[in-house]
Amino acid sequence: MEHAIQEITFHHEPGGKEVVSKIIKTTVILSVITLIELGMGLGMYAIPMAAGLKLFLKGVIVILSLAKAFYIVGVFMHLGEEVKNLIMTIVVPLMLFVWFIAAFLYEGNSWKNLRNTYSPKQAVTAPAAPHDAGEHH
Amino acid sequence: MATAQAHTETKWWSGGKSPFNVEYGKLMMWYFLMSDAFTFGAFLISYGTIRFSQNYWPDPNAVFNAFPLAGHANLPLAFVSLMTFILIVSSVTMVLAVHAGHNMDRKGVIKWMIWTVLGGLAFLSCQAWEWAHLITGDHAVMINGQIENIGTTVTMNPWGPAANVAAQAGEHVGTPGPVAFGGYFFGITGFHGFHVASGVGINIVMLIMAINGTFERKGHYWMIEKAGLYWHFVDLVWVFVFLCFYLI
Repeated sequence: MEHAIQEITFHHEPGGKEVVSKIIKTTVILSVITLIELGMGLGMYAIPMAAGLKLFLKGVIVILSLAKAFYIVGVFMHLGEEVKNLIMTIVVPLMLFVWFIAAFLYEGNSWKNLRNTYSPKQAVTAPAAPHDAGEHH
Repeated sequence: MATAQAHTETKWWSGGKSPFNVEYGKLMMWYFLMSDAFTFGAFLISYGTIRFSQNYWPDPNAVFNAFPLAGHANLPLAFVSLMTFILIVSSVTMVLAVHAGHNMDRKGVIKWMIWTVLGGLAFLSCQAWEWAHLITGDHAVMINGQIENIGTTVTMNPWGPAANVAAQAGEHVGTPGPVAFGGYFFGITGFHGFHVASGVGINIVMLIMAINGTFERKGHYWMIEKAGLYWHFVDLVWVFVFLCFYLI
């Protein structure tokens, strides 16, 4: 046990009230962001809007979620207080997600387009022409 | 400040000390969480790929609009908002437990760990209700010319576009939606729920050890810190599950 403690070069100051006030501040930020997200989500449902505007709102919600993730990891998990080397070994590998998301969503979209073009009957998961269902009845 | 000085003057890689200035268990917890992030990321990206490949996908506001004891009231996103806030609050109580541990405050650790465990159990109860409601809640759906009442499962999805049935005036009749919806929803929220459940288990063990004074004897509360990392990660994953399944 002694050995393990000696390995650590410095310890973070335990801190007092300022730590608690930082926690409360972060809680408020997370709650407010969540409320904004909910407001936008409900707005997309309640107010008829153009597809482009809807897509824009969804993009904003994604960015707000990333901000929430930043606060949870940086403040609640104290990653912001660690040595820079450690931060980099955690954050840099996660950069792979940028490519994963771009490549796979592009792939899914391409899949849809190919099916719609070359195999339109299978392209639709639910009956697109509702009168078909009515005729059987 | 001593901390700032240590940052600039220490040769981290010259040996004899931890180059990351953390003890082994905490570093490994970070790497476990990073790999777990890739697991969840792969699930969510796979869900996104399938969703992008479909011409139609159910609107979450229409699917998740129920609230316990509210009958058939249309309350989109209300219940999942409650679940989200429960998880955020339990994350906050966990931070406060870690903070109390830094100050060697055993009573504080015990108090905040109890709240964290209760928050986790409340979240799991909410999820159990939501699953039960989705699976058992019947909806009239036109299948092969017949109207059937089906719930949402991994093989059935009643949330397709509305069927054009003139005879059924007054009653909403849908068509089957993409089957992948239920599979991904139950698969990913279930995997997250499994993390919450194991997190509650870990937190209960931490609570018992704190009550028994194990950490007091060890001279530090590092275990609380590591359990806290796991618990915050569960909250972090929920941010993205909430985003992908309920918001967009």
